[in-house]
Amino acid sequence: MPTFEYAPAPESRAVVTIEDSYGLFIGGEWTPGHGTPFATINPATGEHLSTVAEATTDDVDAAVRAARTAYTRVWSRMSGTDRGKYLFRIARIMQERARELAVLETIDNGKPIKETRDFDVPTAAAHFFYHAGWADKLEYAGLGSDIRPHGVVGQIIPWNFPLLMLAWKIAPALAAGNTVVLKPAETTPLAAMLFAEICQQADLPPGVVNIVTGAGATGQSIVDHPGIDKIAFTGSTAVGKMIARSIAGTEKKATLELGGKAANIIFDDAPIDQAVEGIVGGIFFNQGQVCCAGSRLLVQENIVDDVVRRLKRRLETLRLGDPLDKNTDVGAINSAEQLARITELTEAGVAEGAERWDTGCPLPKNGFWFRPTLFTGVSQSHRIAQEEIFGPVLSVLTFRTPGEAVAKANNTPYGLSAGVWTEKGSRILWIADQLRAGVVWANTFNQFDPTSPFGGYKESGYGREGGRQGLAAYVRSGGVA
Amino acid sequence: MSRIDVRKTYKLFIGGAFPRSESGRSYDVYAAPTREGNRAFLANAAQASRKDARNAVVAARKAVAGWSGATAYNRGQVLYRVAEVMESRRDQLIAEVRSAEGLTAARAATVVDAAIDRWVWYAGWTDKIAQVTGNANPVAGPYFNISAPEPTGVVAVVAPQGDSLLGLVSVVAPVVATGNTCVVIASQEHPLPAITLAECLATSDLPGGVVNVLTGDPAEMAPWLASHLDVNAIDLAGAGSLDWAALEADAAGNLKRVRRPSTDEDFTATPALSRMTDFLETKTVWHPKGR
Repeated sequence: MPTFEYAPAPESRAVVTIEDSYGLFIGGEWTPGHGTPFATINPATGEHLSTVAEATTDDVDAAVRAARTAYTRVWSRMSGTDRGKYLFRIARIMQERARELAVLETIDNGKPIKETRDFDVPTAAAHFFYHAGWADKLEYAGLGSDIRPHGVVGQIIPWNFPLLMLAWKIAPALAAGNTVVLKPAETTPLAAMLFAEICQQADLPPGVVNIVTGAGATGQSIVDHPGIDKIAFTGSTAVGKMIARSIAGTEKKATLELGGKAANIIFDDAPIDQAVEGIVGGIFFNQGQVCCAGSRLLVQENIVDDVVRRLKRRLETLRLGDPLDKNTDVGAINSAEQLARITELTEAGVAEGAERWDTGCPLPKNGFWFRPTLFTGVSQSHRIAQEEIFGPVLSVLTFRTPGEAVAKANNTPYGLSAGVWTEKGSRILWIADQLRAGVVWANTFNQFDPTSPFGGYKESGYGREGGRQGLAAYVRSGGVA
Repeated sequence: MSRIDVRKTYKLFIGGAFPRSESGRSYDVYAAPTREGNRAFLANAAQASRKDARNAVVAARKAVAGWSGATAYNRGQVLYRVAEVMESRRDQLIAEVRSAEGLTAARAATVVDAAIDRWVWYAGWTDKIAQVTGNANPVAGPYFNISAPEPTGVVAVVAPQGDSLLGLVSVVAPVVATGNTCVVIASQEHPLPAITLAECLATSDLPGGVVNVLTGDPAEMAPWLASHLDVNAIDLAGAGSLDWAALEADAAGNLKRVRRPSTDEDFTATPALSRMTDFLETKTVWHPKGR
């Protein structure tokens, strides 16, 4: 196969201004935090980007009080139409400042500009646009005759889609009439800092959105605060369980969007080249740091050699490198900790007897990098088939019958997503019925839309985000529903 | 000379059978106190153990595939049949509820009628809930996209402890209407109507294991169900006087869906839809469109 050389095509950083330090966004103002400020770095280079405040329990308390005041005095009294108008404004500003958001997200997270520009930012704006329209139509959502907001919602989001997860959380909460205290992940706070500025630009009433930065302790302060009516969390299953325990016996509600170990099932009648594209997108999108990633490939036994050969050939064409380069397919791993976890689990895969293959591509000197990696000869009991790796690592398993495919796919405590590839319609529908997962992609993978509910079965959490079912998580209903 | 009556032995209901507790234990059940404060002995009820609760979960799990895979129409027919069978035992149920709870004859009849009617109500819901809570999603791309509810699986239920029949039916019927199976801990003090209900269920074409009824001490059994890793959800309706915060914390071990205790719920009122939706998952399926 001929190799094409690509000239560097870096996106300009000039569009983004990063401050030397950031405080907490409370009551519409920047205020200093009282904890120990921490650094955020560019994971692709190790370069120091900014210093961010750490919110203490007292700071979280101030944020919750600001949110409560805004809820009681302003947001809960405002008409749905006006709430919606603010959300439409935010959506528009995000579209206008899309380039800036995309570059900032790429710098802070390490994901390719191609993804932030074409997926993260437009989808985040679309979430605000979609939910803006619900704000004055809640009584048509079929969620009951007397629906009310919860009040103050505490939201804790992960580092893999910093802006998009913020949008998934804030847009429905505000549309339904809640105010929020949101904590971005400690390794990726900058998108939320820029979003705070967007809230100011939109003249969003102070205190409707409050953003506090910090790590686990700050998150725990939000969860434990008595003034919080509902928790929305996206992150690991272990932390999700801690949150569920923390709020036991209280009146707090929770939605938890947690880990996954999705099966991607390929039948021998599938369009193989399309399936290979779907497999690659399913596991290598965002360096595999996706809770719904198709990390377990289940291939019908008679085609496994062909699929693996085509897969390897396709993976060798992926370009790994500078995330700001518009031709880059695979960016940096988000942090040293995450890289260590991926490394540890892949080493366990080798130690347990699976066969490791990677693209062998050169890795940049600085920053955190991991080559697209594939394991064959994986069995159900291997850690790489059971545990969420959250990295660009695909485990290949085989099956013979549809029944075996379903049994293996469901053999996990998780249940977030699954994929199936076959040309047979009746088989798609049967498999979709059998899979214990909240999202099933048939002949496609990793599709997202604001109108489409997302969330898991079993230990992948509860509640949905997106669509009518996602909206339901942000209202209480009286009446008969 | 009056006839010596044949008294009934009240047992558990697990997997469609009526076993005694594996522990061999039973406990005395008394009628509601008379005006003079006397409580007549009614029967010995089986006192279920941890092992009985686990056996019930195994039976409930075994029944999931068949019951959740049955057509909604079929489930509706079966639930309606439960109402028919209860109607034919109406006098017996009234007598049992009356002696257990000390109600007037008229009040007991009202409660039993409401319990029967509740099955009819949920029989009608089985093939409508997906239409009410599911929908197509207009995604911004060439994809067919649909969201529909599915049962969460095995649901443990602590039944209301005072309202022995209507309360029980009001928490069990919505769980099984949508295709879940359940293990229910009946009212400890008034377990007899629950066992008579189980006899109605056993003769209503309800597959064995869909509803499993345990009698005994909720404080003893509930922690094992709350922490059981093969239980998907728990309804703490009747756990208000237990340490339900601890039960909810136990349930976090495998992220069970938890419905917290109801306070002073009026079971004669039209039920909230959340009695069903709290034990449903939303599944969203995507498929590309193309020529």
